[in-house]
Amino acid sequence: MPPARRNIVFWIFGGGFIGSLISFLYPVVRFLNPPAVSEASVNEVVGGKGQDLAPNAGKIVKFGTQPVLLIRLGQTEWRAFSAVCTHLSCIVQYDAPRKLIWCACHNGQYDLSGKVIAGPPPAPLKEYAVHLRGEDVVISRS
Amino acid sequence: MLPIQPSPRRKAIAAWFQDRLAWDSVREFIAHKTVPVHSGTIWYAFGGITLFLFVIQVVTGILLLVYYRPTPSEAYESVQFIVTRVAFGWLIRSIHIWSANLLILSAFVHMISVAFLHAYRKPRELVWLSGIVLLALALGFGFSGYLLPWNTISFFATKVGTDMATFIPWMGSTVGRYLRGGDAVGGATLTRFFGFHVAVLPALTSLFLLFHLGLVQKFGISTPPWVEKRSRGAGTRPPQMPFFPDFFLHELMVWYGALALLGILAAVFPWELGQKADAFASAPAGIRPEWYFLAPFYTLKLIPGHVAGMEGEVVGLLGFGLLAFWWAALPFWGARPDGTVRSKLVTGGAVAFLAYLSTFSLLGYLR
Ligand code: FES
Repeated sequence: MPPARRNIVFWIFGGGFIGSLISFLYPVVRFLNPPAVSEASVNEVVGGKGQDLAPNAGKIVKFGTQPVLLIRLGQTEWRAFSAVCTHLSCIVQYDAPRKLIWCACHNGQYDLSGKVIAGPPPAPLKEYAVHLRGEDVVISRS
Repeated sequence: MLPIQPSPRRKAIAAWFQDRLAWDSVREFIAHKTVPVHSGTIWYAFGGITLFLFVIQVVTGILLLVYYRPTPSEAYESVQFIVTRVAFGWLIRSIHIWSANLLILSAFVHMISVAFLHAYRKPRELVWLSGIVLLALALGFGFSGYLLPWNTISFFATKVGTDMATFIPWMGSTVGRYLRGGDAVGGATLTRFFGFHVAVLPALTSLFLLFHLGLVQKFGISTPPWVEKRSRGAGTRPPQMPFFPDFFLHELMVWYGALALLGILAAVFPWELGQKADAFASAPAGIRPEWYFLAPFYTLKLIPGHVAGMEGEVVGLLGFGLLAFWWAALPFWGARPDGTVRSKLVTGGAVAFLAYLSTFSLLGYLR
């Protein structure tokens, strides 16, 4: 076979082979990509009864699939923030003695309005609205 | 020793196998294989120890598979069942974890000693590179296996580790989704990591291991440049010892030593299981990753949220990436085109690398 013809044959077979490989790999790649699960969007949750949380304490509340940190500062003062650290997604906690929000993973610290005061977190925590409905503490998207 | 005269029957059996396996070539080959002897010979043992510990991992891993269940509702309980109810379950699990830790340690010592003995130089560049891949795979085993008991510490370590991956420029979020099987660490992550840990990584490791060992076999064990120079000066071949039985028996003794150490560690310090993971609980104080991830962990703690207009994590990731690349490329900057080594550069680089890893690991542990 003259070299030019051989080249063409090489490209046809080589191209076909690579094309078939891609067609085998494509479904595999798509298969491994997890399908999006639709989350029922939640707009408010009841974070428990008012008397269950002592003043100057915090707890994690399920807000749909997201953890939210509910803090009771004083008798009537409540706050709620997304509990997912903006650094690398650990779950933060309320540090009662120091009156701040603390992330144990890399020592990130936020003040009581969610602003970063120390450590590596790049952004503030998102705040949620809290109000009382009778006995219930209700957390909602603000 | 008196020569043992095989009986005619044994001779016939041997001949039967010889006709079908042609094993005399193997015997011939082993009889002539030699290993260089010099003051650094002791360091060769760490490659062998790593291999030995890998075999232990395969065996104990298969045993654990018999009882382990990879779902968030059962994983923790099944490990608890293994360590409390199954006979010797605690021992098998403890050996698996201790051996994993020792494996990474010995692979690391092996790598550093290869750098100091300049064994990476031509024609062994691919041996070095495949070794780097094997170390990366071992770290992957460590990272994926860590999550499997589904306890708090491992849950948060996985959160942080997979979140790091999302900072890779351009494809970060895709990589994160592929790793976690979703947008957050959960049941999907556990099954995925299980799949990586017991199927994908073992397959890849076997492949690279075969390649690595095949090349070591092909080129033989390297002789350090200074030994080569000395014997060239004297006009002799560097001193050698027979692979079989001398080196083989040394190796066997070392393996028994490693096994003894492993047995002591596993029995005297059985690994704790901790608390079951809860996706709605705060990260506990004092949380830190396995010791071999401590240096990057501590570095992350130090990097502020933003550095020179870039996100801190991106800077960190870039730094780790460059450092790993620099180290992996050692055979290419550590030797001149004519094959002689830049020994001061390599030794200095290796010392600096070690110094960074050890100080940051220590700081990460203490703070
Ligand atoms: S994840 Fe919170 S400080 Fe790093």
